[in-house]
Parts: sequence; C-alpha cells; structure tokens
Amino acid sequence: MKISYQWLQDYIKLTEDPDVLADKVSRTGIEVAGVDYPSRGLKKIVVGHINQVEPHPDSDHLHICQVDVGEAEAYQIVCGAPNVAAGQDVIVALPNSRIADNVKIKKSKMRGVVSQGMICALQEIGFSDSVVPKDYANGIYVFTEPVTVGEPVFKYLGMDDAILDFDITPNRADTLGMHGTAWEVGAMYNEKPQFKKPVVTESQTPARDLLKVTVENKAKVPAYYLRVVENIKIKPSPMWLQIRLWHAGVRPINNVVDITNYIMLTYGQPLHAFDYDKLGPKQIVVRNAKADEPLTTLDGVERTLTTEDLVITDGVAPLGFAGVMGGLDSEITDTTKTVVLESALFNGTSIRKTAQRHNLRTDASTRFEKGIDNASIQEALEAAASLLTELADAQVAKGILVGNDYVAEDTVVAIKVSRINHVLGTTLSTDTITDIFERLGFGVKLETDDQLMVSVPPRRWDISIQADLIEEVARMYGYDNLPSTLPVVAMNPGKFNPQQQFIRRAKQMMQASGLSEVISYGLTTETKATQFLMTQNDVLTKLDWPMTVDHAYLRLNLISGLLNDVAYNIARNQTDLAIYEQGRAFTKTEAAIRPDEREYLAGAVTGLVKQANWLQTKQAADFYYLKGIVDQFLTAHNYTGAVTYVPNEKRPEMHPGRTADIYVGTQFVGFIGQVHPAIAKAYDINETYVFQLDLTTLLTLTSERLISQSAPKYPAVTRDIALLLEKDVSNEQVVTIIQRRGGQYLQNIQLFDVYQGKNIKLGHKSLAYSLTFQNSEATLTEDAINEQMAKIVDHLKAEVHAEIR
Amino acid sequence: MSLKNDLDNLKQKGLAQIQEVDSTKVLNDIRVSLLGKKGPITNVLRGMKDLSAEERPKVGAFANEVRDTLTEAIEAKKDELQAQVLNKKLQEETIDVTLPGRPVSVGTSHVLSQVMDNIEELFIGMGYQVVDGPEVEEDHYNFEMMNMPKDHPARDMQDTFYITQNVLMRTHTSPVQARTLEKHDFSKGPLKMISPGRVYRRDTDDATHSHQFHQIEGLVVDKHITMADLKGTLEVLARHFFGEDREIRLRPSYFPFTEPSVEVDVSCFNCNGEGCAVCKHTGWIEVLGAGMVHPNVIKNAGVDPEVYGGFAFGLGPDRFAMLKYGIDDIRQFYLNDIRFLHQFKVED
Repeated sequence: MKISYQWLQDYIKLTEDPDVLADKVSRTGIEVAGVDYPSRGLKKIVVGHINQVEPHPDSDHLHICQVDVGEAEAYQIVCGAPNVAAGQDVIVALPNSRIADNVKIKKSKMRGVVSQGMICALQEIGFSDSVVPKDYANGIYVFTEPVTVGEPVFKYLGMDDAILDFDITPNRADTLGMHGTAWEVGAMYNEKPQFKKPVVTESQTPARDLLKVTVENKAKVPAYYLRVVENIKIKPSPMWLQIRLWHAGVRPINNVVDITNYIMLTYGQPLHAFDYDKLGPKQIVVRNAKADEPLTTLDGVERTLTTEDLVITDGVAPLGFAGVMGGLDSEITDTTKTVVLESALFNGTSIRKTAQRHNLRTDASTRFEKGIDNASIQEALEAAASLLTELADAQVAKGILVGNDYVAEDTVVAIKVSRINHVLGTTLSTDTITDIFERLGFGVKLETDDQLMVSVPPRRWDISIQADLIEEVARMYGYDNLPSTLPVVAMNPGKFNPQQQFIRRAKQMMQASGLSEVISYGLTTETKATQFLMTQNDVLTKLDWPMTVDHAYLRLNLISGLLNDVAYNIARNQTDLAIYEQGRAFTKTEAAIRPDEREYLAGAVTGLVKQANWLQTKQAADFYYLKGIVDQFLTAHNYTGAVTYVPNEKRPEMHPGRTADIYVGTQFVGFIGQVHPAIAKAYDINETYVFQLDLTTLLTLTSERLISQSAPKYPAVTRDIALLLEKDVSNEQVVTIIQRRGGQYLQNIQLFDVYQGKNIKLGHKSLAYSLTFQNSEATLTEDAINEQMAKIVDHLKAEVHAEIR
Repeated sequence: MSLKNDLDNLKQKGLAQIQEVDSTKVLNDIRVSLLGKKGPITNVLRGMKDLSAEERPKVGAFANEVRDTLTEAIEAKKDELQAQVLNKKLQEETIDVTLPGRPVSVGTSHVLSQVMDNIEELFIGMGYQVVDGPEVEEDHYNFEMMNMPKDHPARDMQDTFYITQNVLMRTHTSPVQARTLEKHDFSKGPLKMISPGRVYRRDTDDATHSHQFHQIEGLVVDKHITMADLKGTLEVLARHFFGEDREIRLRPSYFPFTEPSVEVDVSCFNCNGEGCAVCKHTGWIEVLGAGMVHPNVIKNAGVDPEVYGGFAFGLGPDRFAMLKYGIDDIRQFYLNDIRFLHQFKVED
C-alpha cells in the first residue's frame, strides 16, 4: 500500500522527515520498502498557458505553440501532442530543465523551428502509465482547476508529497486503509488520530421504494448494506481527489468510481457502485452462482461461473462477483444517473477461491481475503454517500437497505503483566504495558495490578490471543530494548547421531580421496530419474503439477545428477573431474504415504586423475582408480562381511564388461563401473567411471569390534608366486583359493603384476602375487612356509588350472 | 739420543706429510706407512731393546707420544677430508626449491556443506541436537502442524510442489520440528534442536530464486524460554558466522508459526554499518526470520502452551553463503562448475 505523507497529516500531526518516519515504521510495525518523492530530480517544470497554436509548416502533426510561462515574452514551443490547443494550462519543461529519468531539456530546433522547451505529458514527469487519466493517456496533461502561470507544477499535481511504500504482511491488513495506517503511526508517536464522522443528508425518497435487497447465502455475507443515490452528475473528480488516487496507484476515472476507490483507500473497505438503471427487476439478490452461468467482468473478460462463486444479481442475471469485480453490464458510465452503492463483508476464503479460480486478484478481493475492519462497513457507505452529494451533486435516498446486519464487537483478551514479561524476558511495569495498549487504541481494564483485560477493536482482527498482545508490547516497546540472554535450561549433550557421523565421515573420506562434493537437483526428468537404479524394484514418484519437465520427477539415483554436472563442466572445457554427491533417492512404496528416502553416496571420475607435469606422467581415470577409492571407504569400516565385487553385465546404463555389483557379505550395497558409451554419448560426456552406494543399507551392517594388536615382534616372510592362468579366471577366484589355503599365518596377498601378451600363451594371462606370512608368537620356519606354499600351489593347479611360472 | 731424534724427525716429517694430503686414500697410505707394523715407529720401538733400562721408559713414552700425535693428526685430517667430500656431495645435490611440489589431489566440500557444517557445529556446541527429516512431507506436518490450516493464504498452490493432495516436497524444514516436538519427552529435559536440509518451492530458477535450496531451522522449547533468549542466541549465531563485531536488530514481521515474529538484520560486515552496495546503503542486511513459537504449534504437537513455550528461527545457508562470499547467482550452487566449487578450499 502506497501511503501519502500529506494524506496521513489529515489524521495525525507529523513533523518527522518522511525517511525517518519510514525507518521508524519499519522498525516498529510494517516494512517500508521505499520512500518516493515524486518531484525529486525534476527542475524548471512550470505551469504554462498556451496563447496560440499553429501547425508546423513542415510537419503533419507538430504544432508551434506560443506559451506564456510567466515571463515578459511568450516561449515558442513545438509540440507533437494530438490534444494540444490554445487556451490550455499545461506542464512546461523550460530550457535546461530536468524531467523524468534524468532527461535534460534544451532549447532546440524541430524541423527548422526553434522550440524553447517542451509541453509535457504526465508520464514525462514521472507518472506511471497506469495512473494517468484516460483523457491524457496519449497526449499532454491539461490543468482543469485554476493554476498560476509560471509557478512550478509540483504543488498542483501533488508532487511535493512523499509516498511511503508499505510492504504489508498478511496479518496487518488493517493498514490497507489510511485510517488503520494513522492508528499504527499514531501509536508510534503517541498521537491519537482524529477522524471526521461522515454526515449524510438524505432526500425524501425512501430507498426501499426504489430497490429491494435479499441475501440468500447469509453465511458467506455477514454484512450487506446498500444505499441508492439519485440525480448523479458524472464528471471528473476534483484535483485533490485525483491526486490522492494516483499517489495510491489508482487511475482517476470519474467522480463515482473515484469516490468508491477513495473510500476503499480511506477505510480499507471495498465498495461497489452499480448503475441502477441497468438493473432489470429493481432488486439486488446476493447468491451463489449457478453452474456455468456467464458473467462479463469490468475488464471485458467473459467468465463461466461455478456454484462456489458468490455473485450479486438483480434476481435474474449476475451483475458482478461479490467482493472481487463488478460486471460490465452494470458499469458506471457517463450517462449514469442513479447509483446503487454497496458496502459489505464477504467471507474471505470464498473470495480468495473465486479470485484464484478466475485468476482475478483485485484491490477489493485482496482486502476481503486478508480481512477488513468490520466496525466501519456502514461508516464507509455513509462516507461515500456523503461525498457523492458533495462531488456529484447527487441526492441520497432515505434509509440504508440492509441485506444482512452485523454488529462488530471488540475482542477481549485477558493477559497478565507477568506473562508478558515471562515471554519477553523483560521487567516492564503495568503502567508501561497499559500505556502501549492505550496508544494502539485498545481498551484496558485492570482486574488486579497483574491481570489485564484488553479490548481490541475489530479493525485489529489479527489480535485474538495472548501471543498477539505480547507482540504488540514487544514491537512498541522496541526490540532494541529487549535484553539479550541465552536460554538457561537443563543441559543435554549436543552431538551428531550415528547416521550423521557416518555421513560426515563418508564425505570426509571422499574428499580425502580427491573427490569434490557437488549438490545436484533432487527433481529431474523422467529418464534421468530412472537411470542407474540400485534395484529394478525402485518405483518412481512424479510431481502433481511440475514447473518444468526438467524437474518433474524425484530422483531414484544420484549418478544422473553427477553426469549432468560432468556434462556442464565438459561443455566448459573442464574435462578432468572427480566429484561425488551425498544425498537422497526417493523410491515409492505402496504401503507408505511417503516414498522411502534413502541416503546414497555416488561418485564420478573422468579425464585425467593426474596431470602430466615435470615429475609425473599423466594418468587417466579408470575403473581401478575409482575402485580404489570405494574399496578404501568400505574396508575402513571393518564390516563383518567381506567386501566383494561381482561382475554384472546387465545394468542397462553401464558398460557390460566393466561393471561390478558391490556386496558386503551377502548384502548388495551398490555398484561401480564405466558408464555405457551410448549413455555417455547421450549426456555428451567422455569416458566416465561411476559408483553408487546405499549408505542407509551400509549403516545397518555390523562391523567387527576393533581390538588392538601389538605390532609384531617377529619378522614377516614374503614369498612371490607368478601364475599362468586362463584369461577368464578372476583375481578374486585366485585370491579366494590363496586365502583359503594360506593357513593361519598368511597376513596379506598383494597382486603386483598382471600381464598378457608377448610370451604368454594365447587366451591366457599372468598374475603375480606377493604373499606375506607372519606369526606374532614366533619366527616362522622355512619348512612351515614351504609346506603352506605347496598347499596353495596344489589347489591353484587343481581348481583353476594354474601353471606356476 | 739418536733414537729420540729419529722419533722427532719422524714426527715432524709425518705431520708435514699429513698436512699436505688431499684424499682419504693417500691419508690411509700414510697412516699405514707411519703407524703400521712395518712402519718407522714400530721399528724404533723394536730397537728399544738395545737401550738401557734407564732410557727405555723415556724413549718408550716419547715414542707413544709421537704415535698419538700422528694418530690424532691423521684422524683430524680424516674428518676434514670427509667433511670436504660431504660438502661437495651436498653441493652437487642442490635442487631448485622453487619448482612446484608433487600434486596431491584433495577434494573440496561444497560451499553449502561448509556453511551448514559450520552452523551445525556451533549449535552442537551449545547443546542442540541436529535432527534430519523427510524431504517429501505430509501436508499435515508441513502446513497444518505449523499453524497453516487448509485455507491459509500463506500456502498458495504456486509455492508448493505437491505429489498428491496430502503429500508434497517440504517447503521448509519446520516439519522436522513438528515431528520432533510431537515425540519429545520433556521429563528428559528441554528440546533444543536444529534441522538442516534441502527444501523445495515452486519457483522459476533465476539469479535469486531456486526451486531447490537449503534451510536450517532452530527450535528451543521449555518452561521458561524468552524472547531475550532468542535475541541472545541469534547474536551468538550472527557473530559466529559473520564476525565478532556484528550487531543484530529485530524488526516485526509475520509468520504463521511464530508470534511475535521478527526479521533479523545483521550489521553489514562489508562496511561495518556505514552503508555500501552490499547492504543497499542501509548498514543492515536481512539474514533470517525468527520468533516465539505460536501457541497453536505447541498445542498441535500435543504440548501444553500454557506451560511450555519457546523460540524458533530459520535461515538459508544459500543466502548465508551468497552474503559471506559475494556470490550473486544462487544457481551456481547447483550447476557445480568445478572452477566455482574449487574456490572454497578450507572450511572456516
């Protein structure tokens, strides 16, 4: 809501600079988004009187005007506005003046004719298109009230004002009217705002003879009042009224429409005016719309109504939406003679739903949605009627027509001074607190020195419980004045839970392994959401109403997000990447309301993992590089089950020959491998290796309890063994045999060479291992080791046809 | 006394020889030739049997003295020569210490993780629990428990990604608080918690909006938690994160789940409150929202608001990171340009 500083002065005396006021309001109640000084930055813009207009000899639309600007000689100004005419009082930007957007006007020549300045449209001196009266929308502005030639225009246009932009939170709709704003500002300065009660002079004609009113759905219309106003003369509003409207961002239209808007801005009470002569039967019936009933609203849009919409009708057809927007058929026009004025209270939820359904949010609907002052519904009607007699020479028919009557009452909240201090951590006295409530216009009754009964007027409908009152005290007392303490409570240890610790450790280990953390989007496309599944049983979840197709499904994997990041970086020539993400995947389960959220850890490497430099050759990412990282992470946890890698050629997005499922014991925990070249191509990325682990599952696994061993006192013995094997025999098969047959002293098996090619039989390969034996009790004898080695060799020969090289 | 003279000559000659030597090998030869079994001193000593019993000890003692002198001289020379050799070797081993070191690849933590870790650790230190909750929430916990019943204007459709009528992507981490408060056993002490995590809003991504971002919400509930406690706690947070000299100020605001509700500004860390582009020349930067927990929220969780009350606050790690590091586009966090991410090397 745009608040005029000058208008506010009608109700309270303000001496403070508008900027200071704005800051104080922001600190005490409502954020002021900015203060606008309409004339700031403008200079040498004065009233001119056009003495003479003649066409420009070399133009079909320019005119040469002789303009009196209060100096000895008239200024010659070339003007292109279609509505320029002799005798007009206009806005003149003199030579060397400054108009809107910091534009400087100079004496110039237009098509050979000297022009000493410019005759201005309102837009050219900073007015928004949306507030300029239609008559002047496409031309210069012409004054309609007496002005003094040569004087600056600012005071005539209200531009010497300051406009505060109140950014109103939903609970403070009371400041959507100037009266409410005056209460709020008055409380800050301890000034009681003064308002004039409207006085209506009625004619002899009883309103009830002219119009009948019925409210069918009284639950949705707690208050409904009408007045009939006759013999109206439609004309432009006086300047003071137009100024108030345009400062509030409302376009002046004619006196009747302007008055309804003005009263809305004053009281926060939306009003509507119907053209009485356009009613069929002379009655107003408020009811729910019928299904598919048509209504063309004031904005010219034809709408199809539902039975949820509340409409004002003449008993036959809808005249408009209740509380949202009127209809075109009953609109006030230049020929309107008699007006039905409506002031009502509509159910906010109903209004909000109609506004939403028809995508039609208006100043009126906003106010009904957020809540109006239920105590001033009739007074607003009276103020409008009174102004119509004043500004439209109208007669107000006798009596208010009541469709539904409503008596607004104060809300009484009992609160203890001690309670307020208990919540705020203060030691405020009863006097201080009482004073704050009274400044806000609340009634206070002291039951005891501690117990207060606070009567809150209906305009502050947001206050109904103790916490609301405590907030009023806090903000008026000033948050700066609150003490600053820390909670004094029984102390419990603050610590991360096992899952949090596990995840933190996982992230640290990834970083220590050279992978950098990324954070991708949890919402993605259908295709990407369903790639790289842990199991084929994972079920996808879709958003009901996504914003874009790119973010419409909940991810079932983390790898597709990593590949997006890889692609993004490769497109920017960052081809060497080692990244990981820790986050959730969401798999739907029929039984539960929500999907199962599992904590995953995934990584991707591509390009070089070591750059060539003066002391090392480059090294490209490969399966084993990433496997080293994953294995280091998994084995560090010392799980009871062994970590194994089982080839899996069936993962659709993975290279069939370079992918392994990972198990701990018999539990599947994830997979690792090369992204299938076809998928890599689809992502527009190079050869990339990925892994994905289910941390939620890993957390459920048991680890061996670590019992410290002394460092061995006796020397270890190492034996190397080189094996010629058929190509299909895996390292794991060999290691398993060695482990099984290695005896109790076998400590470590180190694969130190893998070779196939020259000197090796076709279809074969050579694997060489270094075996370490250690007895912590004694020095091992040659014989014992030889015996063990013989056993190993025998089994390797028998089980995998190994030849010893 | 010719023996003695011989010995003396031997000594002088030997010392001169030793002095001139420039290699350990030659020195060794000299040692053998002078002190060896076939050397002159041994010879002299052998000739002692011809001396008188009176002279014998004198000459013997002198011979020993000569031998010791020469041995010492040889040892000294040997040390000197070895030092020379070592020095030469060291000189040859000199490297260019300005050449770059062998690269060690260490990954970086995402800047948002760094911000969240930093704040989590602060609150852990103050005895808070860190509580995680589901990113896909029930309407009940996300809205209703937070005092936003079905028709509440603050939950307009366009702000929320719904999955079904009752299931949605959480729009804040407050539902974690609702879930925790509902289960909390106050006989075991107060509830002090923070809930960090991802949240989602139905927004179009641009420089200042992201449909996915992060939140850390805090909640303290007990029998006597005051707004002054809130102010003090937020002061600790602001100073921890933005610097020890920071001040905070509270401004009235509105949230359905707190009453009173405040916006919290921190004095500008860029200009110390004098006014600059970062704080839009106000000296203050809005950093978070907070307030005293609305009695309905307490009541909805099955706790008696007449007895228990507390404060809550919510902050955006994305915004905190943007402010602290001058990041001007929130999308940077989720595009993961490696050059962007690698700037944030050390968590502080």
